[in-house]
Amino acid sequence: MQNTDEDNASLRAVPDDKGHFGPYGGRYVAETLMPLILELEKAYNEAKADPAFQLELDDYLKHYVGRPSPLYYAPRLTEHFGGAKIYLKREELNHTGAHKINHCMGQILLAKRMGKKRIIAETGAGQHGVATATVAALFNLPCVVYMGELDIERQRPNVFRMRLLGAEVRPVKSGSRSLKDAMNEALRDWVSHIDDTYYIIGTVGGPHPYPAMVRDFQSIIGRETRQQLMEAEGRTPDSLVACVGGGSNAMGLFHEFLDDPSVAIHAVEAAGHGIATGMHAAALTGGRAGILHGMRSYFLQNEDGQIQEAHSISAGLDYPGVGPEHAWLHDNGRVSYVAVTDDEALDAFQLCSKLEGIIPALEPSHALAYVGKIAPSLPRDHLMVVNLSGRGDKDIFTVAERLGVQI
Amino acid sequence: MAEPNRIEARFTKLREQGRKAFIAFTTAGYPNLGAYPLLLEKLPAAGVDLIEIGVPFSDPMADGPAIQAANNQALREGITLAKILDMVRDFRTKDNETPIVLMGYYNPIYSYGPMRFLDDAQKAGVDGFIVPDLPPEEDEEFRVPAAARGLRVIRLVTPTTDAERLPTVLKDASGFLYYVSITGITGSASAEAANVKTNIDAIRAQSDLPIAIGFGVNTPAQAQEMAALADGVIIGSAIVKRISAHLDDYGKPSATMLDDALTFVGDLAKAVHG
Repeated sequence: MQNTDEDNASLRAVPDDKGHFGPYGGRYVAETLMPLILELEKAYNEAKADPAFQLELDDYLKHYVGRPSPLYYAPRLTEHFGGAKIYLKREELNHTGAHKINHCMGQILLAKRMGKKRIIAETGAGQHGVATATVAALFNLPCVVYMGELDIERQRPNVFRMRLLGAEVRPVKSGSRSLKDAMNEALRDWVSHIDDTYYIIGTVGGPHPYPAMVRDFQSIIGRETRQQLMEAEGRTPDSLVACVGGGSNAMGLFHEFLDDPSVAIHAVEAAGHGIATGMHAAALTGGRAGILHGMRSYFLQNEDGQIQEAHSISAGLDYPGVGPEHAWLHDNGRVSYVAVTDDEALDAFQLCSKLEGIIPALEPSHALAYVGKIAPSLPRDHLMVVNLSGRGDKDIFTVAERLGVQI
Repeated sequence: MAEPNRIEARFTKLREQGRKAFIAFTTAGYPNLGAYPLLLEKLPAAGVDLIEIGVPFSDPMADGPAIQAANNQALREGITLAKILDMVRDFRTKDNETPIVLMGYYNPIYSYGPMRFLDDAQKAGVDGFIVPDLPPEEDEEFRVPAAARGLRVIRLVTPTTDAERLPTVLKDASGFLYYVSITGITGSASAEAANVKTNIDAIRAQSDLPIAIGFGVNTPAQAQEMAALADGVIIGSAIVKRISAHLDDYGKPSATMLDDALTFVGDLAKAVHG
């Protein structure tokens, strides 16, 4: 990356060459993995500079993923809230039903370029696992997905999807049996299969270069949004809203606009049963700085530095940490981090379904719930873009159970 | 080079005697807070030359099932970093020579506050640290102040540490070098002597520090084989598994747990010492 004076003032010129976003990020991994991480960084930098790589990626994104995803003006939500003009970035219309396919497509092409023969991944809600299994099927590579036992129970449709796609889903029984433990297990697999395996991390987390690389592959969301809104309204948005677990869909939307000071940016964490109850997944709102999964960032932890379980109705947000770039954007104040509860997200889930005919995933339902808090008091000419990062078909069992409905 | 501490003193003495170091890893607070100090204080008499105390963490990414389970149980029993330092302090009232190295992930240390932790560890009588998720690229904030207090941060060399990377790992290394003999997690595969020898020779060519081999050493026979290749052998999972075999469904140890674990440690020591 070129480093001019102008770039140095930019919020988009991070991380540094060691993968640091201010004090966050870095490469906190076992020595066995260090050479692999360095090799990956080199391969990614070469791919990024190779126009042929970008052309191939663009071609798959267009014809296989179905990009660009629409930017849809949501008239009934807008009318319902009676304030800001609400646009939905329809990432749920991508192949596999979420934004995760964006970075999976980028990473599988990189894996192929590096000559890797085996793919591993961790998954929480199963959206990243499905996207990984999909691209592994497309490129005929064996794929193992680690998934917490608890998540397997609550995301059965996605488990079946992954198996249909030819992936092996390995249940993780350790720890809290959810996303963080699946990531531990994937790291253990990687360190045990160093020669042939590519680890497709599913968020803007992990050791450098993953946070920057996944962000780069996701940032097509923001680039399309800028252009699409320019076509529709002739200007940039006034605000952006996205949910944050690890933070990949949020970074994907936000990154393009970090240097546009007129754009207010809101990131919505999962408050679970409420921040005060301690039963939540809001690492930035309710956690503190620490080191896990190869990065320095914010984590939910007890006073002795033991990582605590996250709690959210949404399996995709049920992670006790957050990507390091979010930690940095939190501390420097560029992005405002807020949290909404399970119940608020459930209400928004139903509202969006009824008003727009779009069943959102529980993850972006958190973003929609926050929209309901701020949109009513904003003027009618305020342009707000919400990242509708995934569709809700996978969540209907969870939602039915919470609503006391037998299906 | 800083003032020699107990680690250097011990390796120097063993070299003079023509002996190899037996380094035993146990998980602090396992199987419980009462039994662990009893185990700890008897390790030197069973033939342990250097004690490695595992600091339990909720997410031990480099460890296999045996040490994961031990971590979980010790945390349930209420182990904390502060209690571990208390145990070291008590140990030092009885033994002021056997070096003690704490092995643990960085987050509990970071949470405690690295400077405060180093001060307290030094006062308690700790000699060094192995922090598996703190590679040379990230360890300066811990290693430099540790060195200023006469404490060692032990570097790990692995089968993936190629010729290009080795100088990075060896620069600023101190105490001894921990050679991770397998690519994998603790207590999984067994090391292949031929591969280990090639890599140890490559390290020897660039460093005078003592080298101890760990991760893939599970039996007395393997311990003997690995001892011939290096200055010391580190065994952890096998000892932890031996303890776990004595636990009932509730994690309560049998009456013979301590004696049997120490007998096993003694067998391993004999194998290493030859």
